[in-house]
Amino acid sequence: MSGSNHKDHAALAAEFNKDEPRVDWHDETLWWVRQKRDKAAARVPEWELLRDTASRIKDNVLSNLSGYLRQFEEEATRNGITVHWAADANEHNEIVLSILSRHKIDKMVKSKSMLTEECHLNEFLHEKGIDVVDTDLGERVVQLAGEPPSHIVLPCIHLKKQEIGEIFHEHLGTPKGNADPQFLTHAARLHLREKFLTRRVALTGVNFAVAETGEFVVCTNEGNADMGAHLADVHIASMGIEKLIPQRRHLGVFLRLLTRSATGQPITTYSSHFRRPRQGQEMHIVLVDNGRSVHLGRKDFRNSLKCIRCAACFNTCPVYRRSGGHSYHTAVAGPIGSILSPNLDMKKYADLPFASTLCGSCSNVCPVKIDIHEQLYKWRQVIVQEGYAAAGKTAVMKTMNWVLSHPGVYHTAGKTGRWFMLNAPFTVKNGFNTWYRQRDMPTPPKQSFGDWYKKNKK
Amino acid sequence: MRVGLFIPCYIDQFYPQVGIATLELLEKQGCEVVFPPEQTCCGQPMANSGFEHLTKGCNDLFIKNFEAFDYIVAPSGSCVLHIKEHIHDPAGQKPPEAASSDRTDISALPEFANFPTANSRHNIPGKIFELVEFLTDVLKVDKLEASFPYKVGLHQSCHGQRGLKLAQMSELMAPPFSKPQQLLNLVKGLQLVELDRKDECCGFGGTFCVFEEAISVKMGKDRVADHIRHEAEVITASDMSCLMHLEGILRRQQSKVQIKHIAEILNARL
Repeated sequence: MSGSNHKDHAALAAEFNKDEPRVDWHDETLWWVRQKRDKAAARVPEWELLRDTASRIKDNVLSNLSGYLRQFEEEATRNGITVHWAADANEHNEIVLSILSRHKIDKMVKSKSMLTEECHLNEFLHEKGIDVVDTDLGERVVQLAGEPPSHIVLPCIHLKKQEIGEIFHEHLGTPKGNADPQFLTHAARLHLREKFLTRRVALTGVNFAVAETGEFVVCTNEGNADMGAHLADVHIASMGIEKLIPQRRHLGVFLRLLTRSATGQPITTYSSHFRRPRQGQEMHIVLVDNGRSVHLGRKDFRNSLKCIRCAACFNTCPVYRRSGGHSYHTAVAGPIGSILSPNLDMKKYADLPFASTLCGSCSNVCPVKIDIHEQLYKWRQVIVQEGYAAAGKTAVMKTMNWVLSHPGVYHTAGKTGRWFMLNAPFTVKNGFNTWYRQRDMPTPPKQSFGDWYKKNKK
Repeated sequence: MRVGLFIPCYIDQFYPQVGIATLELLEKQGCEVVFPPEQTCCGQPMANSGFEHLTKGCNDLFIKNFEAFDYIVAPSGSCVLHIKEHIHDPAGQKPPEAASSDRTDISALPEFANFPTANSRHNIPGKIFELVEFLTDVLKVDKLEASFPYKVGLHQSCHGQRGLKLAQMSELMAPPFSKPQQLLNLVKGLQLVELDRKDECCGFGGTFCVFEEAISVKMGKDRVADHIRHEAEVITASDMSCLMHLEGILRRQQSKVQIKHIAEILNARL
């Protein structure tokens, strides 16, 4: 659809659907997460008020972003943190590399950071001879498998435990055929412990940064961000500029929403506050724009920057659950990725806003109330206006619109169409009709409602 | 009460019995119902595909056909939602967005002081109703002379449910309600079945059904399976487009399960 060389969402989703039992398994696994979210949310009587509050706090952040960024920089600097500004992915990667180079270090550990996925940091550092070990278990699994994460919270949710057993057998030397999750987790723990103890630089993501205090909060379930940061001489934290919140007291609102929305847990196992480097440690924070300020300037789309990366919209999306994260061919998949990605590259991601039925479930699970499905609709208009719709589709739409704009033509076309369906069914019942390949056509009636009305009511 | 009957294009062409049931149902309730013969489509198929800018013809035609009525009623939540959210006057001016979900006569609201009142085209978002909500909210129907002795599965069409709020959605932590269920409960002999996923999308999605064929079909198959698992003999919905898609899948599977628009059930005397 986008006209570029890569396969679009529809084609990749069709490939994923060749293995239907796997699609069922993927769908049911993520639906189970959605149900856990429902149960957790239902236990908070003020859930809808919390969502509303979070959304409004983020409204305030987006409207005052430059001020909060300056305040954060000032406070963080006062705390002894070195603050860097990166206009785009490349600048971010170069900043990280320069810190590593200055310390003559060629190995580091990294906890979960979707921003570094967005910036393709691992590939960049790999080319420069730097060895990066992802320490989040799911991320480590996909890293060993040589794949990108398929989900922003559950990176290897597309893999079955038997497949993970195989990956571990190949890369970590676990016994072939052992797919016991507890055993594999223990093997990963031993493998990662050695990395934590020997790496001198640790990179983490940032879930929330507090403008008032210059501190930042990293949420993990595995404690891997803490293991990395506390053992390393240098801690680098990468954050998108939209991750700010005004004051520390606002954190409670977001921490209560984040993990309930993500996995149905009341809170992440570790919600770690980093405020200043410990004695002898260096702490860096890289503030990354990479298209965010452009996005902020798009009136219809700016509030997608409220996203706290909980992935509730992934888990609820009936399309995502059945197409898998890789079908979105971007770092942040799912409904939110479909409204964020076109801002980064409209041509490459022109297919994503169409990978939705506009059912609206995403907007209503979103803990910060992003109007995701309405933005999907609006992106479709922008993409067509900017000329990224396929010529064939445009021709179909123009013809259809012409018929429907002229009642006389519409009546004749309807009658003719139904006549062909009744008397020459091969004209519609063939492999060129995408509807008919897996679905029967409705049985056409002899008369339309309009015909009936004219005969019986006028 | 003069009601303009809006029969969406694909219902007009493929499911005239749904139009007839809607008309009869409204007449039984004492409405004076008129079907303007020159109507076609709300414009949604183009708009949802990114071609809203082409839909001026449909838009202006809709206004011409329907602006004079007290109420406009259609047996389709999706088309009604589209009109509510996107209708604009021929010069391209839209009523403010707040009006689109407002149940009251928008011309009476202070923010509409500058818009023409009484039968103005700008009244359309305020006076168009999907059939179910028109029955429950405007006509306040609390009994029906209908019987339908079957096990019925109710498919909650997304635009009706989440867009027009015909029923509470499972995503929100808020008190449950369901206007379609409220009406189906008035039908003698009808037994509603419980579903595992009570408000999952069927996968029709307008042109999504052909441009994303694989996912659309898979979603439809899964929806159908949920109803069959719970022994539904008939699947109903307030949107025929979802049912057309589900019917296509059921027929291909040679299933005995039938589809019926809710208007057909509410108008049934079996």
